[in-house]
Amino acid sequence: MTISQDVDRQFREAAADLGLIDVGYDVVESPIGPLFVAVSNEGLAQLSFHPQDRDLERLASFAGPRVLRSSRSVDRVRRELDEYFEERRQVFDLTLDLRGLPPFTVSVLGALSRVPFGETTTYKTLAERVGHPRAARAVGTVMNRNRIPIVLPCHRVVGSTGDLVGYGGGLDKKVALLELEGALP
Amino acid sequence: MHAVSIPPFERFYEEHRAEVMRLLRRRLGRERADDAFQETFLRALQAYGRLDHGEHLRAWVLTIARNVAIDSVRRARPTEELVDAGGEDGLSAYEELAPLTDGLPPTERAAVVLRYGYDLSYDQIASALGSSTDAARQAASTGVRRIRKRRTLR
Repeated sequence: MTISQDVDRQFREAAADLGLIDVGYDVVESPIGPLFVAVSNEGLAQLSFHPQDRDLERLASFAGPRVLRSSRSVDRVRRELDEYFEERRQVFDLTLDLRGLPPFTVSVLGALSRVPFGETTTYKTLAERVGHPRAARAVGTVMNRNRIPIVLPCHRVVGSTGDLVGYGGGLDKKVALLELEGALP
Repeated sequence: MHAVSIPPFERFYEEHRAEVMRLLRRRLGRERADDAFQETFLRALQAYGRLDHGEHLRAWVLTIARNVAIDSVRRARPTEELVDAGGEDGLSAYEELAPLTDGLPPTERAAVVLRYGYDLSYDQIASALGSSTDAARQAASTGVRRIRKRRTLR
């Protein structure tokens, strides 16, 4: 039995409009490839280059089981991402859902969020900013596991020697983002 | 052994939507099934956050679908017949019978309301419920017996 696309879309829209879902997610197209975007009642909960099968279960574990694909739920994030990629936006105006993350991770992400558009910093500097000057490696791990790249700009973090080091989404993405921001050395 | 965990709604929806649509089309026809489909999954969504475990989700959603189908059949009755069947104070037959039929299994409840509230024939009830005429008669009579028993106990 096939469900017509209209019926399916109407259900998903009504669900979002009535505020009946805990997490709405969808795929957003971008110049650096499709992005998986998930928004909970608390804010942007995930943005991924390479979504995993278990993402829905993980989102449900901290935000609630009513996880539904819904284009409408990600409208605002989609619009801000579009503006960013069209070079009309440098700062995202989005609340973030960081539930379930350990305190150290949250404080590192807080410091990361203050690294401005068009600039880069180093793992070591971020470690110093959160009061753990010798934790550069741990900061690297936090960057690597960042659930909300681009908006939490881990692409702006490079090695002490200016080496780009790595990027969860693939180094080519990091290069593209820094290029867009005019921050490639 | 621990309870089956509740899957993210998307997986639940993908797994059961075809069967729900089949049931609704059988009972309501293609056109009305679309609205009933949305209503079914919105009701399910509303209750989904309060589920204790993920067992029997198929039976659960099919029950919701059946109830939605019953409501839809009731609403589809022409207004003048509703007025005829209703009491002096303008209550619909469904509302009038509610204190008696509350708590009956959905099929029995529907059969009782359609038979005694709206005076439908068992053939008509059978087609509304998507069952055989015999099953419709059976459901109405079991429902009535259950009501009687409850009233004696009170």
